[in-house]
Amino acid sequence: MAEAHPVGFQWVMEAKRRGATVIHVDPRFTRTSAMADLYVPIRAGTDIAFLGGLINHVLSTGTYFEEYVRAYTNAPMIVRKDFRDTEDLDGLFSGFHEQSARYDVRSWQYAGADVEASAGRRDELAGPPSEAGGPGGHEAADAEQAGSGGAPFRGTPTRDDSMQNPRCVFQVLKRHFARYTPEMVHEICGIPPETFARVADALVRNSGRERTTTFAYAVGWTHHTVGVQYIRTASILQSLLGNVGRPGGGILALRGHASIQGSTDIPTLYDLLPGYIPMPNAQREQNLTDFVEANAGDKGFWGDMDAYVVSLLKAWFGDAATKENDFCFDHLPRLDGDHSTFHTVMAQIEGKAPGYFVIGENPAVGTANSRMQRLGLANLEWLVVRDLNMIETATFWKDGPEIETGELRTEDIGTEVFFLPAAAHTEKDGTFTNTQRLLQWRHKAIEPTGDRRSDLWFYYRLGRRIKDKLAASSDPRDRPVQDLTWDYPLHGSGDRAEPVAESVLREINGTGPDGRALSGYTELRADGSTTCGCWIYSGVYADEVNQSARRKPAAEQDLVAAEWGWAWPMNRRILYNRASADPEGRPWSERKAYMWWDAEAGRWAGRDVVDFPATTPPDYVPPEGARAAAAIGGAEPFVMQSDGRAWLFAPAGLADGPMPAHYEPDESPVGNALYPKQRANPARRRFDRPGNRSHPEPDTAAAGVFPFVFTTFRVTEQHTAGGMSRWSGYLNELQPAMFLEVSPELAAERGLHHGAWAHVVTARSAVEGRVLVTERATPLRAGGRTVHQIGIPWHWGPNGLSTGDAANELLGVTLDPNVHIMETKAATCDIVAGRRPRGPALVEYLAAYRRRAGLEETP
Amino acid sequence: MTELTELTERPELTGRTRGPRGNSLYGPLADPSADAGYPAGHPPRVGFFTDTSVCIGCKACEVACKEWNALPVDSPAGPGDPAGPGADGDVLGLTGMSYDNTGALGASTYRHVAFIEQTVPARTARGVDLGMPGSGPPGADGDAGDATEVRWLMSSDVCKHCTHAACLDVCPTGALIRTEHGTVLVQDDICNGCGYCIPACPYGVIDQRKGDGRAFKCTMCQDRLGAGLMPACATACPTESIQFGPLDELRARAAQRVDALHAAGVSAARLYGHDPDDGVGGAGAFFLLLDEPEVYGLPPDPVVTTRDLPSMWRHAAAAALTVAGTVAAAFLGARR
Amino acid sequence: MGHEGGVGAREWIESWPVYRQLTGDDPLGRGVAARSARTDAKQARTTQADRVTKSVCPFCAVGCGQQIFTRNGEVTHIEGDPDSPISRGRLCPKGSSTLSLVTSPQRADKVRYRRPHGTGWEDLDLETAVDMIADRVLATRAATWQDVDDKGRRLNRTMGIASLGGATLDNEENYLMKKLYTALGAIQIENQARI
Repeated sequence: MAEAHPVGFQWVMEAKRRGATVIHVDPRFTRTSAMADLYVPIRAGTDIAFLGGLINHVLSTGTYFEEYVRAYTNAPMIVRKDFRDTEDLDGLFSGFHEQSARYDVRSWQYAGADVEASAGRRDELAGPPSEAGGPGGHEAADAEQAGSGGAPFRGTPTRDDSMQNPRCVFQVLKRHFARYTPEMVHEICGIPPETFARVADALVRNSGRERTTTFAYAVGWTHHTVGVQYIRTASILQSLLGNVGRPGGGILALRGHASIQGSTDIPTLYDLLPGYIPMPNAQREQNLTDFVEANAGDKGFWGDMDAYVVSLLKAWFGDAATKENDFCFDHLPRLDGDHSTFHTVMAQIEGKAPGYFVIGENPAVGTANSRMQRLGLANLEWLVVRDLNMIETATFWKDGPEIETGELRTEDIGTEVFFLPAAAHTEKDGTFTNTQRLLQWRHKAIEPTGDRRSDLWFYYRLGRRIKDKLAASSDPRDRPVQDLTWDYPLHGSGDRAEPVAESVLREINGTGPDGRALSGYTELRADGSTTCGCWIYSGVYADEVNQSARRKPAAEQDLVAAEWGWAWPMNRRILYNRASADPEGRPWSERKAYMWWDAEAGRWAGRDVVDFPATTPPDYVPPEGARAAAAIGGAEPFVMQSDGRAWLFAPAGLADGPMPAHYEPDESPVGNALYPKQRANPARRRFDRPGNRSHPEPDTAAAGVFPFVFTTFRVTEQHTAGGMSRWSGYLNELQPAMFLEVSPELAAERGLHHGAWAHVVTARSAVEGRVLVTERATPLRAGGRTVHQIGIPWHWGPNGLSTGDAANELLGVTLDPNVHIMETKAATCDIVAGRRPRGPALVEYLAAYRRRAGLEETP
Repeated sequence: MTELTELTERPELTGRTRGPRGNSLYGPLADPSADAGYPAGHPPRVGFFTDTSVCIGCKACEVACKEWNALPVDSPAGPGDPAGPGADGDVLGLTGMSYDNTGALGASTYRHVAFIEQTVPARTARGVDLGMPGSGPPGADGDAGDATEVRWLMSSDVCKHCTHAACLDVCPTGALIRTEHGTVLVQDDICNGCGYCIPACPYGVIDQRKGDGRAFKCTMCQDRLGAGLMPACATACPTESIQFGPLDELRARAAQRVDALHAAGVSAARLYGHDPDDGVGGAGAFFLLLDEPEVYGLPPDPVVTTRDLPSMWRHAAAAALTVAGTVAAAFLGARR
Repeated sequence: MGHEGGVGAREWIESWPVYRQLTGDDPLGRGVAARSARTDAKQARTTQADRVTKSVCPFCAVGCGQQIFTRNGEVTHIEGDPDSPISRGRLCPKGSSTLSLVTSPQRADKVRYRRPHGTGWEDLDLETAVDMIADRVLATRAATWQDVDDKGRRLNRTMGIASLGGATLDNEENYLMKKLYTALGAIQIENQARI
């Protein structure tokens, strides 16, 4: 956190000054470790074993927050009889289909209730399971719903509030994690039992009524084939300790781009519509009713999904969207599988996806298996790149690594490239949504010069031209474009005119029947009388005021600073904050008081906007047949969940298990000590093809070809793949070159010298850098052997002021099955002193490695 | 001759009014700005207190300084060998000194974050065994037997703005001056690049800029101070490792911080440069360190290089008088 | 020593360091006596800004407040916004380098065009570029359109046009992107959140 989010880290230092204990768990000793009270080195890719060990500690010592667990989590719920755990099935959960490497998730559900699967798969489950075995029997897209809610849910699950029933979640969880002992943690993670005990002790002591603990992760946690389950493990632990919905608690995702949260909320993502509404799927011929039926729950705020979808369609298609035509629901394109970026790139390589826009991103060096990315770029018909700087994605055709190796010739590359310079953040109005869901308005400071333009300008103009060109069309496929509302007030003159950004934000906020800006999503209706571009952002323009532009100085506000910007939803700063009070509505402790029930006023009071129906009393019991918000009981704080509770066990929504299980990374030097028969996540998505081979399994003859672990990382002085930082002299003099961090032991073993060149080799590529031999890197004992870990920063590439090989060249693409994010934080490699071969020699060098590893035919 | 005599009698030079040790070139001096002619009512002396126990080594100070002062990039790290020496830089591209690729303070580098990697005896479990309150920074000591752990120290160095600044005292052109804020400033319109100041600095701070010839160093953002702003480095510093303010307040705050760290078991915490009795009369920029100054590349006992100037001057003056007297005697004698 | 717009002889002499040194309170010439007119005149360039604009750092997702100082339509300085409850005026090295980011002479400011199989960049007018891109979109869309799948289920889409990016852009920009792409039937819309 000190490395990648130094200014956010000031609050850690502030907490420390006030007595907080800071524990840093990381494969590398970083600037964060330097500030921590305790640094815990961990073998890359083993966090579930570590966190699972803590869960086991909390459960087996009875140090969980019992009242919280009983009332606010699904610990008492009874799981279906046919559910089988990894303990029963040698590392698999029930429902696994070997052939498709997919789970049929139905046996994971509660007894007495059906819970829908996650965003992309819900509608599949709504239909009958196919004969092909797995649900649907085809590749399906999975959850991204976790951003704002759980899976929908019907019926009343059976529960046992004594939590003694052997099939209740609490007991299932206990059995599942029973073998995650300190000794197992030692064996898998390389963390000695004494160190583990210190962590467990600090965690337990700092949780409960009087104290809370927070977990913060930079998004490296998501970069694993079990990434979602990493977060799940932390969620379970935090829920057991009562650290969710309370001040000083939670799990904080420290995200790496200025508005990466916003681009998830208003998703430039294939599987979502704004506000985490799933994209419609073609698996069933859906109309709006079917779609809502398949995706909305009965209970909680997802119960009003129809209002959110209809209002979105009204915002997009305006008067053309009527009740009679299902509000133009059929204008929406349909998914029928995983259309995530890696599938797209493979389609590009095959020439099946000829057009590509790359906007403020740099896949030629910034995405795993960069060579695959560039081969995709080289097989396009046209490419549009918009950026501040002349990044590698725009220049791959003349100076990419494949030109040097002779694998590609400039003259042979048919891709037509348009490079359009972008306006900077100083040159446009608009909002970023930061990592804590806070929208902050930026005012334009100056006009962009030259051909620089905002993306608002570009997409508005592009849309305008396309609409003009299709205006006379009678082809039904052009109706969505013709019906699309695209009339924004403009400012600026002539060819510089662009939409007034506030008018777009107002459309996102939504309007009521009177045309006035809505004050929140509870005002949305399914009858077509309201519009709203993103329901969770409704309220950002309440009272016709741009709430995101509020900047009351912090010094004039309390700690919540509610009048600085606007946080979705409803300007709420802590989600699920009803849980900061006990079931009766009293703060768990005075010290941790945050929200409470004010009986006299008949509403919730406190420091924040309550994340709950504001006037629902703690003793409210929903009447029979109540739905949506009215179906939430007065003591059920988790209002986005269909049962109002935090899930220790996920009866739906996940593709690889209802509970986390430790699996080794796709590539690791050791077997799985917990589940010897399932080394890696059985449901991970693999692309076993030339150019993307995974390394041999451990303990095979060829495993020794790639004996070391590497993990990629960021440093403070550079940013992501360098698109914004490698052009800055002041930053590049501070971190001027690619380097490789190794321990003195590894240096001795491989003859590496401090400051000299070395290169790292994988089946995908070889990358060189200067060796930094440092005591900060220490080999770990794990799996009965010494494991060396190499740290590789991923900021460099061929362009800019400071150049070097891109770490992403080394990585293969193997994905988490839930969200299709690739594993970049743990893989295996070799390291060799000296520079890597260049030109055609590199191609042969890598082929020889693959042959030795049995990954390529001997010629 | 008369003037020389008068000069040697000036209390400012001889320090006679300042007690046995103090003079305007050495020893405690409460108000260096007054000493430099600023009238009563001038702003209080300001400075930096750099608390290295909370420095995260982010180098925001380095960048904020360079952006504000529009300083040249030291190591262009241009195309070609990315890790090679900068084309005209004063440090290598990649130094190999941990994460320090700046190397030293210089004419284009007014802030320099040093990184020191150490293997030290492991801390006790106290840090985590805490029910509360938590422990201190790296540097907390204890007894854990033979176990060792890695400690990564970071510290942002800067010009010390000495109470007795040798650079200023040796500057023949008046380019180096004491400001109304008690800081030491190079006036770039006056400096002629003679370079006398460079060997005079006991810390090796000031330097000549290549291709320019003049001497440069931290100005404590003189222009910002005039506008009521903090220096750029202190403004940016995320963790308040660099604190700016009236020197008196900083010294009091620093003493409290040391006490707190000692109470938390960080017995290695100590101040550096805060003491008006030290060799430079106390620095305007002082530090809280977690190890010996040498570890951070700081001289353990810096002494203003012009300490002995007054006595040297008196001797020189006496010699001059003798010469003059001899000449005069000879002349008078000749007249006789 | 003209009097027109200059200083008078007396003032000029008074500004001599040596004169000031010998007559003032700074006999050693280490302070007031040695100050140059330029030192006296030096002002923080923030005070000369004709506008200060509230903004947000464009690097990571912490969302630190920034103040953009401008003069005559140019950015002269960027520093932290002390009012921000998130950052309290502080910036990391990247945030502190924002002035360089936006004013860098290396920053691209002209459309560049590479024709298929071309070996170098060519100039292209911005409006022409946008028009050409619109044509490419429509042609690719027409060539790759899918009405229904092999079972006759509605698809309404093109698998020929993909987009990557959004995490560095504004919400309003992401919104127009998703809205336009969806109406066009382009579904392979992705950003850094998945990477």
